[in-house]
Amino acid sequence: MSVAATDPAALDEVPAPAPAGRARLRFLRGGKTRTGLLILAFFALIAVIGPWIAPYDPDAMSDQLLQPPSADHWFGTTHTGQDVLSQILVGTRGVLLVGFIAGFLATVLSVLIGVSAGFLGGAADEILSMFSNVFLVIPGLPLIIIIASFVENTTDLVIASVIALTSWAWGSRVLRAQTLSLRRRDYVEAARATGESTWRIIIFEVMPNLTAVIASGFVGTVIFAILSEITLAFIGVADISHWNWGTVLFWAQSNQALAQGAWWWFVPAGLCIALLGTALALINFGIDEFVNPRLRTASGASRKVRMRVGFTPVARTGTPTQSGVPGTRSKEQSE
Amino acid sequence: MKYVLQRLAFYAVTAWAAITINFLIPRLMPGDPVEALMSRYQGQLDTTAIASLKALFGLDENKSLWAQYTDYWAHLLDGDLGLSFTFFPTPVGEVISQALPWTLALVGITTLISFLLGTGIGVYSGWRRGSWLDGLLPVTTFISSVPYFWLGLIAIAVFAVKWPLFPFEGGYDNSLVPAFDWPFISSALYHGVLPGVTIVLSAVAGWILGMRNMMVTVSSEDYVMVAQAKGLSERRVMFAYAARNAVLPNISAFALSLGFIVSGTLLVEMVFNYPGIGFQLLQAVGAKDYPLMQGVFLIITLSVLAANLLADMAYALLDPRTRKEA
Repeated sequence: MSVAATDPAALDEVPAPAPAGRARLRFLRGGKTRTGLLILAFFALIAVIGPWIAPYDPDAMSDQLLQPPSADHWFGTTHTGQDVLSQILVGTRGVLLVGFIAGFLATVLSVLIGVSAGFLGGAADEILSMFSNVFLVIPGLPLIIIIASFVENTTDLVIASVIALTSWAWGSRVLRAQTLSLRRRDYVEAARATGESTWRIIIFEVMPNLTAVIASGFVGTVIFAILSEITLAFIGVADISHWNWGTVLFWAQSNQALAQGAWWWFVPAGLCIALLGTALALINFGIDEFVNPRLRTASGASRKVRMRVGFTPVARTGTPTQSGVPGTRSKEQSE
Repeated sequence: MKYVLQRLAFYAVTAWAAITINFLIPRLMPGDPVEALMSRYQGQLDTTAIASLKALFGLDENKSLWAQYTDYWAHLLDGDLGLSFTFFPTPVGEVISQALPWTLALVGITTLISFLLGTGIGVYSGWRRGSWLDGLLPVTTFISSVPYFWLGLIAIAVFAVKWPLFPFEGGYDNSLVPAFDWPFISSALYHGVLPGVTIVLSAVAGWILGMRNMMVTVSSEDYVMVAQAKGLSERRVMFAYAARNAVLPNISAFALSLGFIVSGTLLVEMVFNYPGIGFQLLQAVGAKDYPLMQGVFLIITLSVLAANLLADMAYALLDPRTRKEA
């Protein structure tokens, strides 16, 4: 995997200085983002081909009860002899589907509400931000549990919608703040002065500058949605006849896998969740660092340089720039 | 003062919204699960219990929605949340009041510890950017991506089953009677270690990241450079100048993330069979005990709102700018 991770980097590095259009995709070059995307791509692949490459039928029982991992059953078997690896492979699709549908729906909601609030201002802003603050403060998980347990047939789509309905508020708040700061920029004023309609300004002038914020909100919501969905399956609210990683954990928990020492039953599912979550979080860091260069972890040549506002060297003949501030200098040298 | 009043008004509206959502959910959903429950318990329910369940779940078809709504409020203000079906003849209010102290203690202590620990580590790793502490970041990211309940399962597998150092379920030794004496408290503390450590481990990552990012931003401010130029000791600049300002956004972020923390705690309780509200929610979900579920949701929401209000007040005390605007 590490070879695959460095190779595209080397290829990317060569044409890097030339095309300006590539700058848009620059955040892909960060090591974190690339790792995250690779892991995500891996799970996406499993989601597509999982049911075909699963060695057994996930529901099929066999006489190999509660076996530890072996060559036949890589992740061991359950108390009824079901193959844990197959359950996880088949379950990946549901996890990713719900996560991304919920993330998409929530992002649409948060863009609609957040950008309108920030751009329209006045009473509309007051009402919309009140609305999103209310949703932000109400704890999401208990609300999701209650709604989901009142709904009778909990298909993946229903679960995704319920999660989306309760998780758009954070993104909308961030978007509103960002829109507010963009609204009075000169180029927006210029567009307004040339008589562009409000909606045209929002869609063509403001939205492109919000892309990074929207993307990071989307990724964040997907993480939240995946965790919520798995939680719902784990506590038995979601449809447990439908395989996903939470269902695996649900059966493990309700059949005392812990007390019997059957670690293989619940460790793989949890590691998959953690791996997927980390991948998404890494992508989000990449986006954050792309937006806010201060957050970039010092690496390579820039390691020793501590960037400071107000430290820009000014050509002042005779006096060296550093001598003015002895305290900071000595501190930097000591590092 | 204006700030305080504004926040109070906001939380009042939020509480109203939460209660109204609670009112609407059973009425918007198809089917009548509560009716089915009631018919199962027919004969065991007395008339007042039936009346309160009807008011809470909108089974009185003849009444207008508005009349149902006023009825609902009347019952709530009486503290009447209906009867729990899991613990059959016990009112929901009583069931919850038994569990609430456990959850409050668990959330309170773990939140305090993870705040102090996370902020401390965040201050150092933000100040010394590029040091070995940056190596912690991927680890914390990984841990914070793990669901709370799964970390709990692992904790049980390792420290309660493999090496039985700690009990794996319950909030205290069953042979003890809950009382304010040393054997009981020590047993409660002992049972709280594993759930507590699980929550702290999962929650601390968010604090570290938030604090680190704020420290990185703040340490390039002019006043930090001025402080260094004055020749103040590094400790003093780090804590009294940079950290003090960096912690403010972290506190308001905390207020907003409280809902997540509480949700996580509920799950940890479910895994450890800890006698708090989350465990009751799990039992209620399993038994389709709608009155208890809705009661739990209401209490959780109101407690989160109260905690948020406290955080806002603390913020007002710490940040003079909020007071000055008043």
